[in-house]
Amino acid sequence: MKKLLSASLALAMMATPVFAADVKLGIILGYTGPIESLTPDMAMGAELAISEANESGEFMSGTNISSVRGDSTCIDSAAATAAAERLITSDKINAMVGADCSGVTTAILQNVAMANGVVMVSPSATSPALSTIEDNDLFFRTAPSDARQGEVVADILTEKGMMSAAMSYVNNDYGKGLADSIKANFESRGGKITISAAHEDGKGDYNAEVAALAQAGGDILIVAGYLDQGGKGIIQASLDTGAFDMFFMPDGMIGDALPAAIGPDLNGSIGTVPGTDSPGAAKFSDMAKAAGFAAGPFAPESYDAAALILLAMQSAKSSDSQVFKSHMMKVANAPGEKIFPGELAKGLKYLRQGLSIDYVGASAVELVGAGESAGNYAEIEVQGGKNVTVGYR
Amino acid sequence: MDSLNALVVIANFVVVPGLAYGSQLALGALGVTMVYSVLRFSNFAHGELMSFGAMITVLMTWWLQEQNIGLGVLPTALIALPVAMLMTIFLALATDKVVFSYYRQKRSESVTYLIVSVGVMFTFGGLIRFIIGPADRVFTDGQRFLLKARAFKKMTGLNEGLAIKTTQGVTIIVAVIVVALIFWFLNKTKTGKSMRAYSDNEDLALLSGINPERVVMITWIITGALAALAGTLYGLDKSYKPFTYLSLLLPIFASAIVGGVGNPVGAIIGGYVIAFSELFITFAYKKVATYMLPGAWAPEGLVQLLSTDYKIAVSFVILLVVLLIRPTGLFAGKTI
Repeated sequence: MKKLLSASLALAMMATPVFAADVKLGIILGYTGPIESLTPDMAMGAELAISEANESGEFMSGTNISSVRGDSTCIDSAAATAAAERLITSDKINAMVGADCSGVTTAILQNVAMANGVVMVSPSATSPALSTIEDNDLFFRTAPSDARQGEVVADILTEKGMMSAAMSYVNNDYGKGLADSIKANFESRGGKITISAAHEDGKGDYNAEVAALAQAGGDILIVAGYLDQGGKGIIQASLDTGAFDMFFMPDGMIGDALPAAIGPDLNGSIGTVPGTDSPGAAKFSDMAKAAGFAAGPFAPESYDAAALILLAMQSAKSSDSQVFKSHMMKVANAPGEKIFPGELAKGLKYLRQGLSIDYVGASAVELVGAGESAGNYAEIEVQGGKNVTVGYR
Repeated sequence: MDSLNALVVIANFVVVPGLAYGSQLALGALGVTMVYSVLRFSNFAHGELMSFGAMITVLMTWWLQEQNIGLGVLPTALIALPVAMLMTIFLALATDKVVFSYYRQKRSESVTYLIVSVGVMFTFGGLIRFIIGPADRVFTDGQRFLLKARAFKKMTGLNEGLAIKTTQGVTIIVAVIVVALIFWFLNKTKTGKSMRAYSDNEDLALLSGINPERVVMITWIITGALAALAGTLYGLDKSYKPFTYLSLLLPIFASAIVGGVGNPVGAIIGGYVIAFSELFITFAYKKVATYMLPGAWAPEGLVQLLSTDYKIAVSFVILLVVLLIRPTGLFAGKTI
């Protein structure tokens, strides 16, 4: 009986080559290490997309998708590389969701994914360096680059007609990276950063910093810091000396405490914070609850990463990375029918029928540049002493 | 008109904040110098003592605000200040009784005192965080500005604004009054003279019948009051955050040493020297130069000597230069 089964299976395989084997996805995340509290939900998110596609029966004429987990450790590049190597060579995965942290993601991409020609889609690596890395078009991410916020900031400023700005950033990687990105984007749009100076957190007196910022001048002061730290001191001192009365506040500065502490003088200032008004986010949250996990940080992005891979395979009618990698952008972006979480069956069906889709997913995915999420930010304006969301971009 | 504009720029961004910051440093340095001249050690706990005084003021201010007691345009903290001074004096005296008097009896080296004061500093720091927590508190109320930048522009028709905060005005006025009182006390009263005598030559002072315990007590009373005052004025002008008082210690010591440690006049001058050199050296003179120079010479760059990142380094460098060239400080204090 057993022999008969396997024989008929073998026969079936020969008859329809698409059935050749299961499609296998690797889910490489840091199940141990600094973000181990986030990764279970992220993996469940990716697996949710896989089981949804399986249940639909629409995926590549009913091909079953299986998944296998690998530990990236988040920080140990050697261990992450070994795990990825094992998944590719011995588990024979067709593509991978991962890795999570930027450092190990880079290591896996350069040492394993490119060498073996396997597509990888990271749900959470945000380093701007990954935007320009050599990747043979194999690397994508559903998380926005930190550089993306710089673009959003530059867009908002230029749209408001503010063409010169002074900038003060907190003296660490976050502040420096964001400030560099804002400066580059703003200047490429014809704006002028009159001064970009660092400030230290935890000081009482910011008069000297503000004096220098004020002399450089500008329509607005961009404060890339933290709202309960130096960022607040800079804004307070600027208002006190009359140096600036308009401020731009990136995500580190958005919180209810700041307008409350500064008072009505902050009204009219603007800012950005990650966020989306896409109905997909709420829908995914319900689905996660039903499946028994929380839609925590990067879980929506993980769902989207797995879903994008499957949709691209369906679109290319192939599970070969070299073939479907060019379909990633096509399924993720307009034009086409918008696909939300829980609608993978519909998406797969449309693709099978040769129609085009625009995958929106849980995190409002829009792949830009070299294949990374455009990133969605809420545009904030302080009105009546409160942070009010005036739009999304 | 242009030169007036340039003057206003400097006044607004350097002179006014410099005077206020300098006054706060001067009051702090005065406390450090008093302890040094009479008790002969560098009191590293002074920053936390200031923080303690400011904390009491914050707590009192909250209570007063709840009772709807206020000073109208002036900050409520001014009513709370005397209580804070008393509490800080009490803390200083208690610390002396429990800690420093033991080392005085043993006639310890001043280095021992210094290390002990570091221990006291951490204890105070812990106590403060235990009572009020490490968060940032704003306790200024009343009218915020004496002169607003926009109002000044309208009034004078100049392009540049000049803003003076109420807290800056209060700081400068209070500092002047307190410094005058201290000098009157040291030079005119019998107790003040006995303190100076004790500071000049301990043995001779003892021989002439000066009670050392009384001198020590009065020193701590003055130090505690000055610390509470300096801490409150600083917190009022910026905001109260325990951590900042630790980093304030460096410019305060720099002020005391630059002026000549142990010399009250030196402490005050030192405070302003440090405050103004921090501001003048890191200031960007672009606007000033644009106003003063003929149009074609207007600078493209910021005309800044040092980036503000190096603000702290300025007090270090001044300290170093003074110690190398004139170890006694500008006003012939004691050598450390």
